[in-house]
Amino acid sequence: MVKALGKTKFEPLMHISKRSDIEKWKSWLIRIGAGVLGLFVCAIVSAIFTKSFGGFFSSLFVGVFGSERRIWKLIKDIAILLCLALAVTPAFKMKFWNIGAEGQTIIGCLMSVICVHYLGGSLPNAALLVIMFLAAVAGGALWAVIPALFKAKWNTNETLFTLMMNYVGMQLVSFAINSWDTTGHAMYGNLTTGLFPSVGGNQYAINIIIAVVMTIAVFIYLRFSKHGYELTVVGESVNTAKYIGINVKKVIIRTMLVSGALCGIVGLMIVSGDAKTITPSVVSGRGFTAILVSWLAHFSPIGMVLTSFIVVFITQGAGQVSTDFDLGSGAFADMIAGVFLFFIIACEFFINYKVKFNMSHGIFKPLKKAQERRAAKKAAKEIVADNLGDALAADVVEDKISDEEEKG
Amino acid sequence: MKKKVLALVLAIAMVAALCIGLVACDKTPDFRVGFIMLHGEDSTYDKNFIDAARQATEELGLKKNQVIIKTNIDETNECTEAALDLVDQGCDIIFADSFGHGPFMYEAAKQHPEVQFCHATGTGAHDNTDVSNLHNAFASIYQGRYLAGVAAGAKLNEMITAGTINADQAVIGYVGAFTYAEVISGFTSFYLGAKSVCPSVTMKVTYTGTWYGVTEEKTAAESLINQGCKLISQHADSTGAPSACEEKGVPNVSYNGSTESTGPNTYIVSSRINWVPYFKYMISQVQKGEAIDKDWVGTLKNGAVEISALSKNAAAGTQELIDAAKTGLANGTVKVFDTTKFTVSTPVEGLTVDADKHVTSFKVRNIEVVANGEFKESMVSVQSAPYFSLIIDGITQLNTNFGKND
Repeated sequence: MVKALGKTKFEPLMHISKRSDIEKWKSWLIRIGAGVLGLFVCAIVSAIFTKSFGGFFSSLFVGVFGSERRIWKLIKDIAILLCLALAVTPAFKMKFWNIGAEGQTIIGCLMSVICVHYLGGSLPNAALLVIMFLAAVAGGALWAVIPALFKAKWNTNETLFTLMMNYVGMQLVSFAINSWDTTGHAMYGNLTTGLFPSVGGNQYAINIIIAVVMTIAVFIYLRFSKHGYELTVVGESVNTAKYIGINVKKVIIRTMLVSGALCGIVGLMIVSGDAKTITPSVVSGRGFTAILVSWLAHFSPIGMVLTSFIVVFITQGAGQVSTDFDLGSGAFADMIAGVFLFFIIACEFFINYKVKFNMSHGIFKPLKKAQERRAAKKAAKEIVADNLGDALAADVVEDKISDEEEKG
Repeated sequence: MKKKVLALVLAIAMVAALCIGLVACDKTPDFRVGFIMLHGEDSTYDKNFIDAARQATEELGLKKNQVIIKTNIDETNECTEAALDLVDQGCDIIFADSFGHGPFMYEAAKQHPEVQFCHATGTGAHDNTDVSNLHNAFASIYQGRYLAGVAAGAKLNEMITAGTINADQAVIGYVGAFTYAEVISGFTSFYLGAKSVCPSVTMKVTYTGTWYGVTEEKTAAESLINQGCKLISQHADSTGAPSACEEKGVPNVSYNGSTESTGPNTYIVSSRINWVPYFKYMISQVQKGEAIDKDWVGTLKNGAVEISALSKNAAAGTQELIDAAKTGLANGTVKVFDTTKFTVSTPVEGLTVDADKHVTSFKVRNIEVVANGEFKESMVSVQSAPYFSLIIDGITQLNTNFGKND
């Protein structure tokens, strides 16, 4: 009949519905599964170039954990990315789309280097570091508060504004380097003063300590402080916030100040504890990667420790695969990291949504037939079982009913 | 479900075991070379080094696991980290390809006096006298540029003879990256080469402010063509300028490798630095247990400076002119920066000129570099990196750009 009308009945292949009731262990199983699956797909992709499937895994793990130096490199890279993710979190939790962490950080770097350039050598290192810290915090906060003020006053688009501020920041760094270095190489060279001291022989120790402190501080700030509560409410609903008497403009500006100040601290960490120099690209896109890290962790500071580990792990490991197989290009590492992160991000979909396949769809016909056969077999068995022990079955039913009554 | 979890755990355990197993059998070879590159093969600058590294190590009979090439290493502490990681992996020589790696190679060199650190285009070996295991290298690419200039001059002569342009319309356009000695030395030698065969030639230079920018370089070349330039050359790493030339039908002289595929009807010739001789030299010195020179300059003679084969677009008779210039450069009868061949009107600190504006004295690192009627470029006693930074008469800079943005 339907066919006669020249139309076929529309049968969707699957049905997607939102769910919020998934158990914790199930969601983690999905995540771990996605991670493992992602790694295997990466291995297959990499095998196309390297002709080696197992080699991918060995290079990946050796590249990250292969030597003491590499493990420290992993930890110091996590420290920077984690701190940046923590820095962007308050604003994002408030649904203020601050994509200016890159710029706020580079201004933190610039302010630190300005201090070293003009004060280095004339002050004891500890005093210099204190001044650098204050300057970096002020610089980062200033770079963040400008778009916040415009948003609060004139409701400008913060995404575009903060993005543009990144480029201004980078150009300022170029300008500063060019006015300091007159050889035409446009290089600042490596710093000799204003560096973090080594602790226990480890040059990255201070950065790692800052990361730990910042994680705890941001956790407390978001979870237990009044500020944290206010910015969460503003993020959930501006109208609700207004209704319960929160000054939304004030919260926006204050939160951006906090975000920017934290970015400024990361700027100092990069200059004094990591790169030991400044270039216009010294933050190298980590201000954007940090947003991914923060979102993946659902804005949980503790979760970000894990997500920043994942991102640094795959980047560093894929870099080693590229080196070991002499692929000669950075594009390979980026591609592998992209494939892997795709799996990690996509799995959140399966945690938030239930996917139910429509079994009446044509492509499931063979499957359905098999299922029917199985069902028929099962039914046959049940009949036999029923005949064997009716009394026993009745007991079970009774137990179930009483259980439910207790629960209710 | 429990079974699934168990299977998953087992799978992970197996992968881990596989990794550990593979690590255990990966023995460090007795001799290893490490390379640190700023970018990957997508940059013509780095590709030139990467190809040379592969070729040189293969020709010396090194096995694959004796060579480690790290790409995309920033000019920050990351370079020191990369160098130290290479030391951990048993490298005996570590090479870095970009100027900005210099101070960070020095840091690594200080920590590991038993390992040799070689740095192309840098000046660290002269600046840091407290280490003896840091070495620099460059090539007198100005010789190659000069020869490429001869080919350009011949092409302009052909246009003049054919009557398509008259003699004072022989203008070369040059797309440079930054206002920096390496670029200035390059275009000046190129110009002098062209002038040696086409005396009326002049040149316009514009800087893009990036070593690699397809759009910037293309726009710059188009603008030069619109300003009446009849031939284009460039010191930048993309195919931007050659593709603009192909579209407009203007001859192009390339650098760092052939761009014939981009400009089949306009490409003439290209010059480049071949790093194979240096890589072979540094590796064999260490294998023999002998010292590497503090500074090394590649030349036409030792094969580090190369001029490619001419394309069909070159003017007739170009090969003969190039061969003659090559012989002249080799036996010393032709000097690229012959002070009698150019004049300087713009006063610069440390420069003295005579009444005819010919250069008589110029100091670099407090060393006199003008002697016997020649500006001596790339002297090992000064530095292997180019230092000719004078703007000579006949060359007009349309802008300047001292920055670095990549």
